[in-house]
Amino acid sequence: MLSIKNLRASVEGKEILKGINLEVKAGEVHAIMGPNGSGKSTLANILAGKDDYEILEGEVTFLGQDLLELSPEVRSRSGLFLGFQYPVEIPGVPMVNFLKASVNEHRKFKGLAPLTAGEFLKLMRSKKDMLHLDTELTNRSVNEGFSGGEKKKNEIFQMAMLEPKLAILDETDSGLDIDALRIVAEGVNALKSPENATVLVTHYQRLLDYIVPDFVHVLYNGRIVKTGGKELAFELEEKGYDWIKNGIEN
Amino acid sequence: MSVISEKISPTDRVVTLFEQNREILNQGSSPILNRVREVSMKRFIQSGIPGFKNEDYKYTNLQPAFEKSYNQELVRESGLINLNEVFKCNLPELDSHLVFLVNGWFYSGNNPGAELPKGVVLGSLEQIANEKPELLQNYLNRQAGLSNDPFVALNTAFVKDGFFMFVPKGVAVEKPVQIVNLLSSEANLMVTQRNLVIAEAGSQVKILVCDHTLTTASFLFNSVTEVFVGDDAMVDAYTIQNHHNQSTTINSSFFKLQHNSNLVTGVVSLHGGLIRNNLKVTFSGEHGEANVNGLSFTDKKQHVDNYTLIEHSSPNCLSNQIYKNILDDESTGAFSGRIHVARDAQQTNAFQRNNNVLLSDKAKMQTKPQLIIDADDVKCSHGATVGQINEEALFFMRTRGIGEKDARMMLMNAFAHEVVQKISIETLRDRIDELIEKRLNGEVSRCHTCSYQCNC
Repeated sequence: MLSIKNLRASVEGKEILKGINLEVKAGEVHAIMGPNGSGKSTLANILAGKDDYEILEGEVTFLGQDLLELSPEVRSRSGLFLGFQYPVEIPGVPMVNFLKASVNEHRKFKGLAPLTAGEFLKLMRSKKDMLHLDTELTNRSVNEGFSGGEKKKNEIFQMAMLEPKLAILDETDSGLDIDALRIVAEGVNALKSPENATVLVTHYQRLLDYIVPDFVHVLYNGRIVKTGGKELAFELEEKGYDWIKNGIEN
Repeated sequence: MSVISEKISPTDRVVTLFEQNREILNQGSSPILNRVREVSMKRFIQSGIPGFKNEDYKYTNLQPAFEKSYNQELVRESGLINLNEVFKCNLPELDSHLVFLVNGWFYSGNNPGAELPKGVVLGSLEQIANEKPELLQNYLNRQAGLSNDPFVALNTAFVKDGFFMFVPKGVAVEKPVQIVNLLSSEANLMVTQRNLVIAEAGSQVKILVCDHTLTTASFLFNSVTEVFVGDDAMVDAYTIQNHHNQSTTINSSFFKLQHNSNLVTGVVSLHGGLIRNNLKVTFSGEHGEANVNGLSFTDKKQHVDNYTLIEHSSPNCLSNQIYKNILDDESTGAFSGRIHVARDAQQTNAFQRNNNVLLSDKAKMQTKPQLIIDADDVKCSHGATVGQINEEALFFMRTRGIGEKDARMMLMNAFAHEVVQKISIETLRDRIDELIEKRLNGEVSRCHTCSYQCNC
């Protein structure tokens, strides 16, 4: 589904990604872990299409297409979703309008007719029920005045509405209390299917208590330095990132 | 060698125009209008057309507009236009009392006042000043006459007609009154229009003014509106400006608020070459409230200047100003907002905000808040921002599949919406949202294609 080969990228002349290789197949859950500043968020942003970065080398294919050639909106419509570490507040844009525009763009891309107001509200209600969300979030402007937990729940809600083939969740667990974490994790699990895949970018092992990954990758200094099964996450939690750092430097 | 310039200054040109037309100006007009002409002309001459040195006109140069030659329509040209043919304003769902003015002259052909509640007067200023001077003699020029603005004085010197509205004590006019000001001429035209609205104690009225150009000639539109809001009265007054880019609009509005009265007013500048809006609100009774808003969209070389003055002369009043501008291309904008709290106006609440979005590197915005506070127990604030479209929000929206152009549009609409939502007429609010979207899409470029559905 997603294939990253030797991806190198820099921002303002500083090389952040120094040759990333990653293969994600349908039905898989990958966790990318690593200390602060290792390049995790950069990788997530580059995949979503943020243009603050310069691609130095490498290629990324997503469902057979050259991902790096596509605009962020086409990536989204093709089935890629980025859950933001810091979801943006957009005062004055009502959640409902935003989601409706978003869902209908996705439908248009697939050659489907836009949803009527009634159909859209019905879809929204069913997804809210599935995620046990309170109805209040959708009555407000996008993320405006939302708490950290509400913003993250809102990201999962958008993901549920758009049903992406590949979801990249950037530090979705950060800033969440244990209840919010459970709701977010349950949402991700509920949306999991053999046809789609999830990449969790996380600093802590905590989220992985709720979402069990098939693969764990450790990103350090712009490279994936270790890959293993879910047990790698426990090992990391126990030994800390110094274990990885020392392993490399020695 | 010395060169003697034979160029006539724009101020002298206007003076000559006045001298030449003195007789015709006075002819047929009420003494109420005529008696202030000469003194107003003197006041105009004192300052003349302001240049850059005039602090009040620092950012708006009206000299070039006055260097052009204009015709004037100082006599009503009856039957010039069959309005019912050229202008079918079917603002959908907006059920209103519809009034037309052509080149400053009130048009009574469609019997605009027919369905108004008993006692309400709506008609031509010229006619009512002649026939019922007692209705307006205590109000006309009582606010404008105190102004030092040269264009207000010029308006008073040249006034022939405009609209007049009187809402008697306790009467609520349910349907909005929609006043459509049309400018139509083959040759360049200077138009002077004078309006007066009197809302007596406990009355209610909602007025929507739409400014349009129907032909491509250069227009110089100098309009003055005085509004009196009586005790406990509620007045909503909105203006939508949609003139083509060869027009100059000077629009001065005065509002006087009595005890416990309420005013909501807003100017939406969709289009117009050069627009200067002067606005003054005076609280002359306690517990008055004024919500004053402005919204403008400019591109190419357009210029919009909003100049406001809120006079808190009485205690316990509230004023709230929000002005927003979206500027593209090489367009420029200015906002000067002065709040004056008089010495005894304790417990005043006065707020002001000016937010601006620049869409291009060449667009410019000047903003100048000014608070003069002579009382010690007041709550006042002001703030101004000039910025670009929020790139983070744009990226966020694009990652949800919304195209860049649509995302920009949604963000600009959101920016404008804060002002639009202040409008109390719901159907109008929705309509203005639509108009703004069309404006931002570049669909409202000339009045001929304007979405007010003037089938012209």
